[in-house]
Amino acid sequence: MSADHAHALEAGRGNDLPVHRDDEGSKTGMWLFLFTELLLFGGLFLIYAVYRSMDGAAFHHAAEELNRTLGVTNTVVLLTSSLTMVLSVSALQRGNRSRSLAMLTATFLLSCCFLVIKYFEWSAKYHHGIFPGTEHIHALPAGEGLFFSLYFMMTGLHGIHVVIGMIAMAIVFAKVRSGSINQDRHGALEYVGLYWHLVDLIWVFLLPLFYLTN
Amino acid sequence: MNHSHSMTHGGNARPHVLPDGLFVGIWVGLLLLTAATVSASVFFPGKIGILVAVLVTPAKAALILMYFMHLKYEKPAFVAMFLVAVGILAIFMGLTFFDYLHR
Amino acid sequence: MAAPSSVAAFGTTGSYLDTFPGRRGLWGWLTTVDHKKIGLMYAAAMFTFFLVGMALGFLIRLELLQPGTQFIGPKTYNSVFTLHGVIMIFLFIVPGIPAILGNFILPLQLGAEDVAFPRLNLLSWYVYMVGAVMALASLFISGGPIDTGWTFYAPYAVNTQTNVSWAVLAAFVLGFSSILTGMNFITTIHRLRAPGMGFFGMPLFCWGLYATSWIQIIATPVVGITLVLLFLERTLGIGFFDPSRGGDPILYQHLFWIYSHPVVYVMILPAMGIISEILPTFARRTIFGYKAIAMSSMAIAVVGYLVWGHHMFTVGMSDTARWIFSILTFFVAVPTGVKVFNWMATLYRGSIEVRVPLLYALGWVFLFSIGGLTGLANGALATDIHIHDTAYIVGHFHYTMFGGAVIGMFAGLHFWFPKIYGRMYDEKRATWAWGLIMVGFNTLYFPMLILGIMGMPRRYQDYLPQFSFWHMVSTIGSWILVAGILLMFFNLLRAIRHGKIAGDNPWGATTLEWKTSSPPPLLNFAQAPVVTTGPYDFTEILAKGHDPEAKSL
Repeated sequence: MSADHAHALEAGRGNDLPVHRDDEGSKTGMWLFLFTELLLFGGLFLIYAVYRSMDGAAFHHAAEELNRTLGVTNTVVLLTSSLTMVLSVSALQRGNRSRSLAMLTATFLLSCCFLVIKYFEWSAKYHHGIFPGTEHIHALPAGEGLFFSLYFMMTGLHGIHVVIGMIAMAIVFAKVRSGSINQDRHGALEYVGLYWHLVDLIWVFLLPLFYLTN
Repeated sequence: MNHSHSMTHGGNARPHVLPDGLFVGIWVGLLLLTAATVSASVFFPGKIGILVAVLVTPAKAALILMYFMHLKYEKPAFVAMFLVAVGILAIFMGLTFFDYLHR
Repeated sequence: MAAPSSVAAFGTTGSYLDTFPGRRGLWGWLTTVDHKKIGLMYAAAMFTFFLVGMALGFLIRLELLQPGTQFIGPKTYNSVFTLHGVIMIFLFIVPGIPAILGNFILPLQLGAEDVAFPRLNLLSWYVYMVGAVMALASLFISGGPIDTGWTFYAPYAVNTQTNVSWAVLAAFVLGFSSILTGMNFITTIHRLRAPGMGFFGMPLFCWGLYATSWIQIIATPVVGITLVLLFLERTLGIGFFDPSRGGDPILYQHLFWIYSHPVVYVMILPAMGIISEILPTFARRTIFGYKAIAMSSMAIAVVGYLVWGHHMFTVGMSDTARWIFSILTFFVAVPTGVKVFNWMATLYRGSIEVRVPLLYALGWVFLFSIGGLTGLANGALATDIHIHDTAYIVGHFHYTMFGGAVIGMFAGLHFWFPKIYGRMYDEKRATWAWGLIMVGFNTLYFPMLILGIMGMPRRYQDYLPQFSFWHMVSTIGSWILVAGILLMFFNLLRAIRHGKIAGDNPWGATTLEWKTSSPPPLLNFAQAPVVTTGPYDFTEILAKGHDPEAKSL
């Protein structure tokens, strides 16, 4: 036997060789990963709940500083991106590659839009001196400072997830276009979709916690 | 040998694809629910606004999970595992509040 | 090896340890996706760290030989016990059994070729190594070795000048590795069981790993985010754990123990699984109460999520929370008791053959029983006030974690060694090592229980003269224990090359890993196994009589 064969035998023992392929298993793994994401944010939700229960009034007061219009707009943007994502997956499942790619592009653009809005929101706060570690935020009443810290931590962590999601989208876009993700092997696109919906799901909770609190 | 050893477990069948109209409908529903939460918090700030948010937000999450994330059509094991994860998170919260609500 | 005639035969004959063409030497190891080799790579890394941690523990005991300063000053002492804890917990015990023995044995026991995501498995090893390097690097870069204890409690961990930032990021990265392993194992168990093997047909070690993996997945992210927040608290001052900014340091403790209590069961559940494999094998008797043991693993995993508050009885938690956590803590004893009684019932009227793995298993039951029972005293509110933060706690958790997790791992190593390398260690020397470890262990840690009740605080570098007798006894115990452990490692390492050929099933065990050759071929089985009996069916072994030299192929 040749060295190449042995190499392929060992290196190819992943779940992507046809004989080893197990979509159900990959999907199980993906969901388990989503649980860890859920619990990661869960820790922050717990901190939010504790400090809000300790000083609800400060949370209401501080929340007035946030721009509700931008928050709601971003919710609409993200919900729509979830729609285009799911349409991209189902288009590929029906074998319509160009529609799948178009929908994926739309999702990507919407997530860019989300980040741009987020950028303006954060930089407005930053110009008012509201950012972790600034003099201004340390001068605020303790409860309000905690609210803003939570705001930056939770939307920040969420924003990181948006960026990771966009990188994943770019990768699957290239693979759908090259045909290595196709109607019969659409798992990777589906998992990126699952991840993206989770990002959306978490934002659904962030909206009332921060923007609709006052 | 490899073939006898390989995926006889199945699970690679083509999934049934839900109609696009359903997804659009879910999306419209999500937007309406968002509108409901936002207007409740604008027009009835305070208790009612919070109550609406507390009721509507999980409903939105459920729509995303069941349809966008396909959970409604997965095996019951997936739903069970999801409930375990969420249930344990709820336990974390609940037990912590035995401390904070009784200080 | 003889040149196989085809690619397929290449994976199903010979040994996974053979060099494959094109993948030689170190490179072959570093790029392998074979779960067995990855398990051994974990073993190499982790036992190295274990020896470092052991050396640090040895130094701690040497310093405590007599009152006053011997050779480690108070500040250095803080760093030494912190490092001992961090290395032993984060680098060794938490990932230990799943990563080493779980990786090697789980797919074999399920009759699978590999884990569900072999490349992810290799990635976990690299992530682990990155975390380990970061943890060790924190010693040498600015700030110096951390001195917070392995728990990184706020507010001290926020304020100290030592390099806590690197250490907590290292723990975060290590947690990520742990999560990936957990995902891999759960998927493997769900998807890759051999035809005919239902969930309740799995060996109990698999059940232990299954429960463990769920804890790794659900609990680890919580501590991950907590440690990141601690890092940001130090760098940005976000205020979550800083009382001067309205934060609550006790909330840090909640979040920390939400992970770190369940993770105690990450350490212990796989060890319990190992014991459940060894006892039936050497009693030649099916395990008593299979379902009860399997379900009690899951029950421990669940109840383990409910009891973290018992680490915090004296820190200012509300009284309501205190009694609720205390009651819940006592519930953990129920599934643990179920297991111990089932093990004893397994041995009862069995035809017991006393071999080295059984000695370790029995030693384990003894040590873990002490560990468990001393834990009940901590779980009770009144007694905990007396013994909290004393040497009693140190004694207790060494009985559970060292006596439980590590001795369990030693038991597993001796049990599966002939499978891993195809060779048998010197059983006489192994018995001597076992004896030294058992005697040294109890001489080392039992005095700590006494000292704690007498009032000796933990983490103190100096002590009053009335404590000196038991401290001296304890230090002498550490010498015996270290001698035993070194002898054990020497014996095992020597046997890798020089042990006599072991045969495929030297113990007469019944689970699937013993039905392939020793060491197994690359793809584990020559014929894909089909399961028709339960995991501990000894009828065939008893009827034929057991021939340790028999080849399975």
